[in-house]
Amino acid sequence: MVGAFLYLGNNLRNELIAKNLPTDFSFLSQPTGVTIADSDFDPGSPVWRALLAGIKNTFLLVIVGIPFLTILGTLIGVARLSTNWLVAKAATVYVETLRNIPPLLIILFVFNAVILQLPPPRDPATPLDWFVISNLKIMGPWLTSSTGVNALLIIALIAAVVAVVVGIWRTRYSEQTGVHSHRVLWSLGVFAVIVLLGYFITGRPVSISIPELDGRVITGGFGGLGAYFAVLIALGLYTASHVAEIVRGSILAVPRGQTEAANAIALSGFQRLRYVILPQALRIALPPIINQYLNFTKNTSLAIAIGFAEITLITFQLIGNGYPAPQLILILMGVYLLFSLTISLLVNILNRRLQLVGN
Amino acid sequence: MAAMTTSPAESVSAPPVHRRTSPGAWMKMNLFSNWYNSLLTVVFGALILWAIYALVKYLIGVDTEIIRVNLRLYMTGRFPSEQLGRLWGAIYVATATVAFFARATVRNAQMKATEAGLDFERSHWTDVVRRFWPIGALILFTLSFTETITPTLLTLVAAAIGLAAYWLGGMMPTWLIHRSWIIVVAGVVGFYAVLVAFGGVGWDLWQGFFVNIVMTVAGISLAFPLGLMLALGRRSTLPAVRVLSVTYIEFLRGVPMITLLLMGAFALGFLIPGDFQFSLFLRLLIAITLFQSAYIAEVVRGGLQSVPKGQVEAAQSVGLSPWKTMRLVVLPQALRNVIPAMVGQFISLFKDTTLVYIVGLLDLLRAVTISMAQPEFFAQGLEAVVLPFAALYFWVGSYVMSRESRRLEKKLGVGVR
Repeated sequence: MVGAFLYLGNNLRNELIAKNLPTDFSFLSQPTGVTIADSDFDPGSPVWRALLAGIKNTFLLVIVGIPFLTILGTLIGVARLSTNWLVAKAATVYVETLRNIPPLLIILFVFNAVILQLPPPRDPATPLDWFVISNLKIMGPWLTSSTGVNALLIIALIAAVVAVVVGIWRTRYSEQTGVHSHRVLWSLGVFAVIVLLGYFITGRPVSISIPELDGRVITGGFGGLGAYFAVLIALGLYTASHVAEIVRGSILAVPRGQTEAANAIALSGFQRLRYVILPQALRIALPPIINQYLNFTKNTSLAIAIGFAEITLITFQLIGNGYPAPQLILILMGVYLLFSLTISLLVNILNRRLQLVGN
Repeated sequence: MAAMTTSPAESVSAPPVHRRTSPGAWMKMNLFSNWYNSLLTVVFGALILWAIYALVKYLIGVDTEIIRVNLRLYMTGRFPSEQLGRLWGAIYVATATVAFFARATVRNAQMKATEAGLDFERSHWTDVVRRFWPIGALILFTLSFTETITPTLLTLVAAAIGLAAYWLGGMMPTWLIHRSWIIVVAGVVGFYAVLVAFGGVGWDLWQGFFVNIVMTVAGISLAFPLGLMLALGRRSTLPAVRVLSVTYIEFLRGVPMITLLLMGAFALGFLIPGDFQFSLFLRLLIAITLFQSAYIAEVVRGGLQSVPKGQVEAAQSVGLSPWKTMRLVVLPQALRNVIPAMVGQFISLFKDTTLVYIVGLLDLLRAVTISMAQPEFFAQGLEAVVLPFAALYFWVGSYVMSRESRRLEKKLGVGVR
């Protein structure tokens, strides 16, 4: 075994030297020659910066995609069990269609048949005058800050702490007196009041910025490339179909007696789901859903097919620019392993908390 | 007193009342049971009607010219046209093998059942049709785009060969039935020989949907044994084997398949001395196999964990060797318990064969995108025609596989003791 590794390692070294490539990681500080669309990335900056930019783009997909697919998947999973025949059938068709099609094909479809069919950048659509939508970029309103925003951020932080304290106080109060706590409403209310007060005290440092079209240049607002949205939508829809199946299976796995008990104490349909079924189903569903999150993260690498500059595409381009493939692929795999390990770590902590609350 | 005790007993023994619900009552119960269900029905009904309208409008207006022109590119890529006879020959070999093997399996089961004194019910041919009709429909659908009658005739020949092989399988000697793997090996060798031998077409030119199918079948048959070995390795008592298996499984499950394909395409050449290089097809097959085997290993591990310890102890107490315990007692139960997950993994392997698109092998997806860029079809919004067309092939394959797994699961009574 060790001999095999030494043999392969030796081959690798010889081949790299024969092809006049570096055998170590010193190439990371050389200039890239890679350009990244929709960013002020300088092709002259070192390789490691390009990799970092790629990681950032992958992260942007994951951080927006996971909430999106979770909400959509849960809704569809619950819809499959709906007593409403039409809703249940529609959800079934959705799941059975999407989960049997390769994700790469869905990405290509959404990109070519939806995003690229949007109006061209020189004549974009501007629905409500709040959005600027073209096949290159999709922009929406966002917040801009001016001086004093740091003070407001500190106030918001304090408000968050106060809100948590209020939440704890309401929970205790409710436990002692039996009065309904309304802790979420209380916390959010306190938070909103403090932040709103702070907003006026600090001189209104945050305002809404609406994207404006100036020729072909869009100023203000916030959004992303069409390719970004194509990957996000396609993978979100695909992964949601898998999450829906998990949610459905987990709800079915909650013993029937629980539903009957909830009915016996006259809970409404919503209350039954919210307080009895979903908390128990969540505990069953969490491990397989983490797996889907990991799959989503790994599938973001398919963005390479439509040219969204996430880490895999950057690596691919760097290899094309003559940087050594073995080292770069090693780094790429390391990055994904890091992503995977981080997500499983975070959700394992959550999982343990859920289990403790249950017991 | 007597009346009070008899009335519940009567209601229990009375046969259940089957009431036919009228359409109105059915709608009231399933669509308009309360205000929010009614609202949902109206909103969803409107959405679905709109979707059906859009779909019908699209299907009427769709121009399938691009599919008719490029059908051969989609199915076989740039397979040399003067060699197409070999491809049909290989299809015939495959059909005959499957039919022959199916007959052997049926007869094997029949003999085992007779031996055990059980009834054996052979499935009727209509059942087979009901199970596999999506594939038949897809073949007919494909043939409807052909320009000449030849492919249809050749497909009919394939069907005839399949039926003939099944009928011939009835005369199979008993020793062959017990060793049905010989049929499979002979089929694979025949398939390869018909395509490649005597100046044939090497696998670098296996393209189009054909390559997706070959990669799926080859990938499953290679990744399954490897995954099995890894799962057993994970339970091994030798620390070195266990650590290596765990590292392999966890590493490969943590990275996307593309990174492996990139490695197969760009980095594998660095590990192997220059004069000995694999073809792209083979490198990608290796990448897919290595990747999927890690997932299959995890599925098998779940199955192994589901077999009660008492089974192993019982096998040991009747004096079975560890190998026989595994093969005859543990594995059959373990694999039976994880059929859905296993087939799910095979489906994902089938879908993953499209990823070869990225490193430039001409599979169905690549063929479809090539046709979109042809000058006569460029920029006419035909993506909305050809991509769903390609999706149909993957959908049918995956759907039939998942339905078969559900059938098998029910038949083997998983979860029912």
